[in-house]
Amino acid sequence: MPFDVYLNVAVGGLLTGLVYGLMALGLSVIFGVVRVVNFAHGEMMTIAMYIAIVLFSALQLDPLVMLVPIAAVLFCFGYALQAGVINPFITRPEHSQFLLLVAIAIIIINVLLIIFGPDAQSVQTSYSYDSFQIGKLIVDATKLYAAAAALAVAIALYAFFQFTAIGTAIRACADNYTGALVVGLDVKHLYALTFGLGSACVGAAGVMLVLIVDVTPSLGPAYTLLAFVIVITGGLGSMPGALLGGVLIGLTEAMAGLIFTPSAKSMFAFAILVLVLLFRPQGIMGKKAA
Amino acid sequence: MKRKSPSKSPSKLPSMAASVSRRVFTGGLGAVGFTAGIAPFNIVRAQGAALKVGVLLPRSGFQAGIGQDCQRGVDIAAGLLKDMGLPSLQIMNADTETNVDVARSRAEKLIGEGAQVLMGAFDSGQSSAIAQVAEQKGIPYVINIAAAPPITEQGYKFVFRNFPTAGMILGGAFTAQKEIFAAVGSAPKTAVFMHVNDTFGTSMAGGIGAVMPKFDMPYKIVETIAYDPAARDLAVEISKAKATGADALVMVSRLNDAILLTREMVKQRWSPMAIMSMGPGWYEDQYLKTLGKLSDGPLSFVPWYDPNKPLSKTLEAALAKTNPGVSLNTNHVYTFEALLIAADAYKRAGSADPKALADAIRATNITNNVSPGPGIQFDAKGQNDKLKISGIQNRGGKLLTVAPKEAANAKAEWPLTPYDKRA
Repeated sequence: MPFDVYLNVAVGGLLTGLVYGLMALGLSVIFGVVRVVNFAHGEMMTIAMYIAIVLFSALQLDPLVMLVPIAAVLFCFGYALQAGVINPFITRPEHSQFLLLVAIAIIIINVLLIIFGPDAQSVQTSYSYDSFQIGKLIVDATKLYAAAAALAVAIALYAFFQFTAIGTAIRACADNYTGALVVGLDVKHLYALTFGLGSACVGAAGVMLVLIVDVTPSLGPAYTLLAFVIVITGGLGSMPGALLGGVLIGLTEAMAGLIFTPSAKSMFAFAILVLVLLFRPQGIMGKKAA
Repeated sequence: MKRKSPSKSPSKLPSMAASVSRRVFTGGLGAVGFTAGIAPFNIVRAQGAALKVGVLLPRSGFQAGIGQDCQRGVDIAAGLLKDMGLPSLQIMNADTETNVDVARSRAEKLIGEGAQVLMGAFDSGQSSAIAQVAEQKGIPYVINIAAAPPITEQGYKFVFRNFPTAGMILGGAFTAQKEIFAAVGSAPKTAVFMHVNDTFGTSMAGGIGAVMPKFDMPYKIVETIAYDPAARDLAVEISKAKATGADALVMVSRLNDAILLTREMVKQRWSPMAIMSMGPGWYEDQYLKTLGKLSDGPLSFVPWYDPNKPLSKTLEAALAKTNPGVSLNTNHVYTFEALLIAADAYKRAGSADPKALADAIRATNITNNVSPGPGIQFDAKGQNDKLKISGIQNRGGKLLTVAPKEAANAKAEWPLTPYDKRA
């Protein structure tokens, strides 16, 4: 097979992986701080995707233009969910939290099914079918825009956590829950803020993915699973790890599909997960538990 | 067991006769007359009561769109069956959730709730599971859509399929393709074969290897690419297919992947000479609606309907009335025909007794039907082996039948207009 085929597939995998990474980043941020595993992660992403579709079909608003407003809506949703529903479960056993979030996921799927029906829906922008050709390299325009936006959002999030007072306070909560309470931080508010930020991340990822994939109400669970694979591979709670995990899984799926067989793409992604769990259980960029 | 001696009976008769008074005799006569009088009404009542049909379809999960489309065939059936003078059906809906285990449990539940016939379930895996339940419980099961050959190779007595097997689809598709190649005076020399790796797709893939050599096709398959039916991105698959440099793309797919594959072909700037599909997806309304002018051109070789048959026109009109803008397709036609078979058999059996119904279905001979071919009949295995495969082409958002000649309403446009040359 000519080299340009490998190059094309690798670039496509890399770009898709960056969007996957942003989606997983939300999950990683929430777990890293709140210590709650969001089993409704993929379903929250489908909410953002449907908002993008409604805005596009009703008002012809381009999903990339609506990225920030939709992320803001998901932030509010996440904040309200954490403050109103999840916070009372923070001190309860993990299985209670698990069941709560699975229930939320099922509710979201069924509400979307009632509202939008089972048919796949998509956004057809003026650039939906565009691609850039550089020599023998053909780059999918939508994937390129989505990957660039994913990188921008990830950098903004990193800057927020590193350079703002609220970001520092959230990191303090993540490092030492009791200590944060002792110094007078409003931990419940910060938890809700973090869940909101994680939701905004997945919302932004959803807006970008809607340019690449068609949406159905049942899309969520597959992406929840994918986000788990990525964050466990990259390191649960590590922001750079989530992006790295996304790129690694995106590239692995693409190259495995090309070299072996496309139907075995997921098998190779899971094989990477097994290898990471065997030889580096904390994930590639995760910290070892003390 | 002790047998009663017949020799004793005659000796008792005189005493019995002696004890019958005129009042008793008159009362008895009246009872006999009453019974005789209502007997015809009993028969009418048995036929007038609606037949309970358990309709199993994937109404949720990744086949939900197709399941809902099949439901349209169920929805228009009631009025049409009535107009045809057939008994009414009581539809009992069930959702298989695109899951084999759920399909099995829903079939059991429907039978438990009184379903007298089962119908469904679009997918071969789910239909196989339902067939096992139907056979075990002795309830007739009419498959609307499912192509995996083993379903009617198990020696089942209660399972009937009015849909071609994978082998029949392939054989019919190759015949129709050759007819088109001859008509347009051109044919591809190489093809890449892509298929979903579900039960249907793998059955078809196996069938291609077995059936194709018998048809002496002008093209050879240079690469076979299997992919996950729930795949979110098919860029790699198209890259791989494009790299083969094949003239044509031969497909066995579903709806969502057909849309994804077309998008990728456009983005990766690959326009083969022809796209020849042997499954769903490429002719479905959502494909046409989503892709607009990019949906034009693919040829689908599928169990379709004969647009020249009178009942096809009636069915088309009925669908247009209830679902404006929805084109009649395989899902509606074969779902409707499955219910037609059940109603026709119920009328002839005059009873909802499962065995009588199964015997009546086995003896089906419906010539006023919709699907191409001489009509609906079943062989000893419960398979309608007389069905013909059509070649249809998407043109300007419409579906035109281009083969076989006797069921065609247009000529094929050849080759596929390149995606970047469409106005």
